[in-house]
Amino acid sequence: MRTMALGVLWVCLISSATPVLAQTESEIDALRAELAQMRADYELRIAQLEQRLDEAEEKAAGQQAVSPQSDYQPASQSDQWQPEPYVGQMTNSGNNTSNPAIGVIFQGQAWSYSDDPDDYQIPGFPLGGEAGPLPEGLALGETEINISGNVDDKFTAWLTVPIAIEDGEVVVELEEAWVETMTMPGGLSLRMGRFYSNIGYLNDKHAHSWDFADLPLPYEAFLGGQYIDDGLQLRWLAPTDFYLELGAEVARGAKYPAGGAANSGVGSYALHLRSGGDVGFSNSWQAGISYLQADADDRESGSEDDPLVFTGQTDLWIAEFVWKWAPNGNSKQRNFIFQTEYIWRNEDGRYTVPGASALPYDTDQQGWYLQAVYQPFPQWRIGLRYDRLSSDDPGQAFDGTPLMPSSHDPYRYSLMADWSNSEFSRLRLQYTHDEAGFDDDNQWGLQYIFSIGAHGAHSF
Amino acid sequence: MKKMILSTLLLLLTQATYADLKLFVCEPEWAALATELGGDNIQVSSATNALQDPHYIQARPSLISKMGRADLIVCSGAQLEIGWLPMLLRKANNPDVLPGTPGFLEASNYVKRLDITLDSDRSQGDVHPQGNPHIQTNPHNILLVAGAMTERLVQLDTANADSYQQNLSSFRERWTIAITNWEKRASVLRGKRVIPHHKSWRYLEDWLGLIEVATLEPVSGIPPTASHLASLLDRFGDKGADFIIRAPFQSEKPSDWLSERTGIPAVLLPLTVGGTHEASDLFKWFDDIINRLLTAGDV
Repeated sequence: MRTMALGVLWVCLISSATPVLAQTESEIDALRAELAQMRADYELRIAQLEQRLDEAEEKAAGQQAVSPQSDYQPASQSDQWQPEPYVGQMTNSGNNTSNPAIGVIFQGQAWSYSDDPDDYQIPGFPLGGEAGPLPEGLALGETEINISGNVDDKFTAWLTVPIAIEDGEVVVELEEAWVETMTMPGGLSLRMGRFYSNIGYLNDKHAHSWDFADLPLPYEAFLGGQYIDDGLQLRWLAPTDFYLELGAEVARGAKYPAGGAANSGVGSYALHLRSGGDVGFSNSWQAGISYLQADADDRESGSEDDPLVFTGQTDLWIAEFVWKWAPNGNSKQRNFIFQTEYIWRNEDGRYTVPGASALPYDTDQQGWYLQAVYQPFPQWRIGLRYDRLSSDDPGQAFDGTPLMPSSHDPYRYSLMADWSNSEFSRLRLQYTHDEAGFDDDNQWGLQYIFSIGAHGAHSF
Repeated sequence: MKKMILSTLLLLLTQATYADLKLFVCEPEWAALATELGGDNIQVSSATNALQDPHYIQARPSLISKMGRADLIVCSGAQLEIGWLPMLLRKANNPDVLPGTPGFLEASNYVKRLDITLDSDRSQGDVHPQGNPHIQTNPHNILLVAGAMTERLVQLDTANADSYQQNLSSFRERWTIAITNWEKRASVLRGKRVIPHHKSWRYLEDWLGLIEVATLEPVSGIPPTASHLASLLDRFGDKGADFIIRAPFQSEKPSDWLSERTGIPAVLLPLTVGGTHEASDLFKWFDDIINRLLTAGDV
């Protein structure tokens, strides 16, 4: 068919190209030569046209094969399983294809207080470590850089470096720097370096994963915020159907509530025992008990200018309980979290109050909080928290000092509402009524938390 | 007393040693597949059920203890479980199931992943650069993973190798026939335009020749917004699409809203085994997907 069409075309071309009258032989010869030349030209052009036609036909055929109108072909892969994964799409299930994984968390806030937060104290509970109210007014929170990765086939490592603004100065801290074993037998793992102690429920939670902008009173009063120290942590997961984890830690004892790296730099011990499980598909719970013994050697607390100095021993017990509910366990739509902790502390040693000599101090104190957070629909959550402290009388010798508790137990309640556009962003409004300080205080706060980079994985 | 504690511990430890092969799977479809292939030689527990969004579950205590005792982990991978699986692996202290060991099987490594992207960022939502992880909605992929899973079962439990191989051939035979049937019945669905809630159905679309014209989510992982739904109403108001699709764990409100105003049928499809009452096993799951589409499309 195509050959015929080309033949017709050829005849037309020839006939239209020869309107010539032959006069002489030479003229005829010249014309013949000219004709031969033209014929060669046209043949070349036609060959080119033919080639283009072929190409166009091939292309059209190719398009038809993938157009949705053609007859269905199953996915262009064989169902026969290949022993090798597809090259070029191999992945691990870690949180980044690059090694190490890097994430940055941006935090900022604005707080307003009816009393001056610089004068904030809780009578009977001199604050140590990082405890204390957030700065008044607009302020950047910690900008937290997390870097993690596997060292080799046996060890994994984690680094958290917050960049904070303290009194107008940019301060780079080393919050966490640890290495952990991955392949110890018998359900064991060993962590070494600087880490958040595993005592209590909130102690090892980074600030960006808290449900309120600040920590509850017992953490502020007894742990100086959160207890982080340099040392070793051994964890053992029991080979049982129900969850049972035991952990033991030994640390340098340089951070509140320890201090001064007593006992030649082996100043604190901690233990924890934790269990948990599910109740149906919709409920899960976790409960635990922890113990911390910390030696303090010239540990400072209270006012920065006139600190109280304590030398002695802190014993601390924490009971934790968390209950989470989500219909069918689908927490993205709707969920509810109930959380409570109780902390008991005894400090036994000698306190040096400014302008006085060291006085013997042996006092029991307690604190607890209850909180509930409800997500009625995706992206929105509301929460309520009540926290409270109480203290035994340390003795008349402490009358008029910051170690003497006030006549009523310190307490606060807080309300919060937050909105999360995605799991990487959160905006929060919080109101706290504080009756823990000298005067009643109404506190309003706005907070943002954003993260970029490596996808964080959160514990229960 | 001390002796009693020690002997109890010893009993617990030995119990752990002499049980069947223990599988921990991340999604119910792999539990169903493992049951087909492993039969009575294995015990399976699934981290999620069909009414949960596998992106968003927590590394809760019961999962830590199950992972701690597992011999083989099977997960879709491609970062589907990135919010919780790395935490479980860290807490479970189980060296036998770490990524890279025979005890860790990432199913999506054995199929051709769709939508692999190198230039994604999170302004497009929580996209997975390693490709769409919801590989289970193409039955051809199930067969590929069945091969990979059998190889691991054989490797970890050589004593029962013959049984695993027999189960695989039997499954392959039945599944291939089923695929032919599904493809025949679903041929009328080719070219139908779908608006899914989330990009959970890319492999189903690829398999059946459905065309995804939009999603209810404005970008991946962000719940549908009023303004985005309004724009969908503008674009598809005059029957510009054939189905609105959602999985059981996604809210019915956005798809119902759009369906009422456009007349496009809203269809609930099981994303995995157990997602609907009818989808009670692997075979009935795909039966149900196709039944529901045919019924809703009135074809």
